[in-house]
Amino acid sequence: MPPAIAFRVEDLSKTYTTGAVSVQALRGVNLELFDGELVVLLGASGSGKSTLLNILGALDSPTGGRVFFREHELTRMSEKALTAFRREHVGFVFQFYNLVPSLTARENVALVTEIAMHPMRPEEALERVGLGGRMDHFPAELSGGEQQRVAIARAIAKRPEVLLCDEPTGALDSKTGVTVLEALYEVNRDLGTVTALITHNAAIRQMAHRVIRLADGLVVAVEENTERIEPAGIEW
Amino acid sequence: MRALDRKLLRDLRRLWAQCLAIALVLGCGVMVLVLATGTERSLRMTRDAYYDRAHFAEVFATATRAPKEILPEIARIPGVAQVEASISMNVVLDLPGMEKPAQARVLSLPAAGQPVLNRPTVRLGRLPDPTRIDEVALSENFAEANGLRPGMSFAAILNGQKRELTVTGLVLSPEFIYLIAPGSLMPDDRHYGVIWMNHDPAAAAAGLSGAFNDLSLRLTRDAVEPAVIAALDHLLAPYGGTGAYGRDRQVSDTFLSSELDQLGAMALILPPIFLIVSAFLVNMVLSRLILLERPIIGLLKASGFTGREIALHYMKLSIGIGIGGVLLGWVAGWWMGGQMTELYTRFYRFPYLIYRPGSASFAVSGLMGLGAVVLGALRAVRASARLKPAIAMLPPSPPLYRRNWVDALAERLQLRQTTMMILRSITRWPGRAAITVLGVAAAISVLVACFFTFDSIAAVVDEAFTRTNRQQVTLQLGHDAPVTAEQAAAHLPGVTRVEGAFGVPVRLTRGWRSALTQVEARDDSNILVRVLDEEGRVATMPPEGLVLPESLATKLDVAAGGQVTMTLLAPPRESFDVPVSRVMRQSLGETVYVAAPALFRLMRQGPEVNRLNLLVDSRQLPAFYAAVKNAPAVDGVLLWTDIRDQFSATINENLTTSVLVYAVLGILITIGVIYNAARIQLSERAYELASLRVLGFTRGEVGYVLVGELMLLTLLAIPPGFLGGYGFSALISAGFSTDVVRIPLVIARRTYTIAGLIAFVSALAAALLVRRRLDRVNLATALKQRE
Repeated sequence: MPPAIAFRVEDLSKTYTTGAVSVQALRGVNLELFDGELVVLLGASGSGKSTLLNILGALDSPTGGRVFFREHELTRMSEKALTAFRREHVGFVFQFYNLVPSLTARENVALVTEIAMHPMRPEEALERVGLGGRMDHFPAELSGGEQQRVAIARAIAKRPEVLLCDEPTGALDSKTGVTVLEALYEVNRDLGTVTALITHNAAIRQMAHRVIRLADGLVVAVEENTERIEPAGIEW
Repeated sequence: MRALDRKLLRDLRRLWAQCLAIALVLGCGVMVLVLATGTERSLRMTRDAYYDRAHFAEVFATATRAPKEILPEIARIPGVAQVEASISMNVVLDLPGMEKPAQARVLSLPAAGQPVLNRPTVRLGRLPDPTRIDEVALSENFAEANGLRPGMSFAAILNGQKRELTVTGLVLSPEFIYLIAPGSLMPDDRHYGVIWMNHDPAAAAAGLSGAFNDLSLRLTRDAVEPAVIAALDHLLAPYGGTGAYGRDRQVSDTFLSSELDQLGAMALILPPIFLIVSAFLVNMVLSRLILLERPIIGLLKASGFTGREIALHYMKLSIGIGIGGVLLGWVAGWWMGGQMTELYTRFYRFPYLIYRPGSASFAVSGLMGLGAVVLGALRAVRASARLKPAIAMLPPSPPLYRRNWVDALAERLQLRQTTMMILRSITRWPGRAAITVLGVAAAISVLVACFFTFDSIAAVVDEAFTRTNRQQVTLQLGHDAPVTAEQAAAHLPGVTRVEGAFGVPVRLTRGWRSALTQVEARDDSNILVRVLDEEGRVATMPPEGLVLPESLATKLDVAAGGQVTMTLLAPPRESFDVPVSRVMRQSLGETVYVAAPALFRLMRQGPEVNRLNLLVDSRQLPAFYAAVKNAPAVDGVLLWTDIRDQFSATINENLTTSVLVYAVLGILITIGVIYNAARIQLSERAYELASLRVLGFTRGEVGYVLVGELMLLTLLAIPPGFLGGYGFSALISAGFSTDVVRIPLVIARRTYTIAGLIAFVSALAAALLVRRRLDRVNLATALKQRE
């Protein structure tokens, strides 16, 4: 039996208008994401990767087309329902970590576990990303890689069905980046979370089940990796 | 225009809401200053001009019956410039269509020409024709309140005879700017007025042909007032002189002066609060702006701008806010000053009003307003000048938090992380939290202090009307009468209780200190008019010695156990050394009490009465009033129910306006503080709060972090606010108390509650207003850009 479809995107378009200038970020994207897969989104700057990810995560709304998460149509949901969708199903990881500076690592994770339905303990989430020993440090006391792993722990602590990562290694050096990718790889493997990962870095595509390439607001290629490589084997 | 100045204007426009919030707070301070000093100055100028033009006297005296022959002798007293002798008496009136008796003071006009002193100003009609015995002029407020106009007639009992009098004109006099019946607590224009009558009919009615009983003097520039008074007292003593006095004991002038002093106190106490809060606000907003503009400052410095130029740029911004606030305050103060001066003329009757707030009050308030913002800006601006360009262009390092007592608290209370964010933010920036707390506390203090004045008035009213004066009616007798007058009064229709009272004018002296006052004979069996001590208990009279009001004791520099010399200004006109048995605080007036037997023993006479306090069956009031109108022995009537109603009506009318004005002041401070604090929070934490939204927190939950912190600070501000309010109230109580009225320091629990609630609700409104901006934050973009 083929894996179930988690996301279905139909003819998705998005136009940003600022003043007199209109930019078409997405121009009719069709796409499916399956349960348990790890997808890498590749593309040049301005290809529409982030816009697509933001719409999947209900951070942004499309100008046209439809997005389904399982049987629910996100594009028809209210603001309130979208908030609930994010709260219950989606975990985010961003390039700049987005940690709350006034909360320790443990508290940043607890922030989410307090409002989730079936969360793991904050300690468990942090141990999973290898930060068992730095739980009581504030963001300003952690390195970039550590901060990003706290962000991943925070994203996975609610056991989300979807994990959306926008350039999670963009601000990190190669060695630190690998530790972050390992964390994501393991979460996908162990928890079966649908993971979509945006990157500029073509080397990272080797860890994905599938690689989706975007250009000029369109999906130009979808490749399946017959042989995946674990993050430890990736170098850039 | 230079590019930097253009940036300044755009900054002001971009930050308009925050700038306006500060300008409004500053404007309040400037407004109160302009309002109080402007009104005080205008009233003072009006009063002085009026006194001068109407030749208002400087020394006043009354006697029982003084022959005109002594007038030249009086005029020869060194320091006396002008003398005006006249006839004065109190009469009971029967006004058309008025069931209750009214009373009036009759004053004689000279047989020929205008009075030399205390000249009446004719407002309508004319003064009486010297050849007509039934013509009179009336004080304008009394005539207006009773619808009496020239040509109309009314009845008065003059020396036991009912006479029909015709009104020829309405006048005002410098002697009666504030017109209040003797023994009353409140002007009552319907029931008390002044009647100017020709000399001969007045003399005939008073039985004073060839004599006078009322004297006014104007002094030369080099006169020594106490010396003139002593000489005058000496001359009038054989003729029943009751003690001469200066303007300081002239009823109308005393009330007016108290009012002016209170305005002066208001100008001293209130504005500094507003100015200090605006200084803090400017500091808060400017510090934040400079932090946000670090890269720009770096760039400017890198391109060769000096630290001075950059400092000046930001200083101009705060001065811009200052100018806005000062202008707002000037306009509001000028307008409200006019309104307030107008309001005063309802109680203080001047024939004209000079509203000239004076350039000084504008200049001083403007300088103080600008000074406050410049002081507030100084620290932030200095920091901008000192920034090194290379450092300035780097983004500021992320705030470093540390674990502290908050963690222990959080663990014990199992606080949510969003609550932790609030607590950590407060402990991370205690200075900023303190400014917010202090600002809101200042607002609460202002509210408490403003509402306190009503509590103290309520306390005075309660003491004066429900606990001290419990009689319904007081009858003033024309002459001292034996106690049998009580039985006669008991026979008036409907009278259920009669208590006689006796007062005599005295001069108290101690060393070179001296005071003119009235001694009341107290009978401990009296229950209608009572004497209460500080705790509100009925005070029993010591068998011997005087009970002095605190203010008088201070004036004479005497304490309980001390001794004063008491000179009776009525027969037998002797002086005695009497002990001071007790000193007591009095809210209204300055009356000295002594046990009745002790007083009559000193006077070497049997008990007498010159006032009767009554309880009257309300069903028989019409008959009672009719009888009083025709009682020859009665020359004055005080209807306490009316005085009480009048008092409440006046207070309520002023209360509504004042509560509104004061509430607006408090609300403006709170909003100014909280709105600015919220905007700064938002600009610092938009990114963090957007992250929460991404994580799936609802708008309400994210709003909680922002609003929760500010409301927690507001709650923290309540205790110091109450404390500050108590302090300000104490200042006001001390600053506003005068010889006539002492403001007790009484603050009702309701005042605290209302002040706290107003501050809380306006803080909530300001915070929610800013919270709405969170909804507009675009989640996708907020996360991409770090400030």
